[in-house]
Amino acid sequence: MSDTNERLSQIVSNNDVVLFMKGTPLFPQCGFSSRAVAILDHCGVAYESVDVLQDMDIRQGIKAFSDWPTIPQLYVKGEFVGGSDIMMEMYQAGELQQLLDEQQVAKAE
Amino acid sequence: MAMPAAEIAALIKAALPDAEVEIEALVDDGDHYRARVVSAAFTGRNRVQQHKMVYEALGGRMGGELHALQLVTAVPN
Repeated sequence: MSDTNERLSQIVSNNDVVLFMKGTPLFPQCGFSSRAVAILDHCGVAYESVDVLQDMDIRQGIKAFSDWPTIPQLYVKGEFVGGSDIMMEMYQAGELQQLLDEQQVAKAE
Repeated sequence: MAMPAAEIAALIKAALPDAEVEIEALVDDGDHYRARVVSAAFTGRNRVQQHKMVYEALGGRMGGELHALQLVTAVPN
């Protein structure tokens, strides 16, 4: 489990914006993950995605790592931001765009 | 693996007695819900902390027994 934590630490510190999700941005396997992808696409931000369905250690480990029971989960600059409900609320309030601007993360190409 | 809406509301109200809880089924399968929880206990907490308080009230059922609970939290006006 500590190996998994180490891997997760590296993933969230090596990538400015990381979405842990079920499936891939092109083929999300869950409505909530699909919504999270749509929000990030609307924000026009470059992000890394991790398909938790491909790795059981990551799938279980990320829940303990973030102390958050569900997938998807968004990290920006190593900080846990929230799941898809929080992403949606922040997006609608303009707060997600603001956070991404403040953190000066790369735009999508 | 299903949970009736009334049980979800009861668990939340047990942990947050002042809470106003509205629950709506997204799909009629006892497994996909939308909830809005308004409680003074959320005052001064950020969204992640507020959601965690609700998840704690559900005692580990979230992500297991209860697959999907779309959640909105707020403090009373």
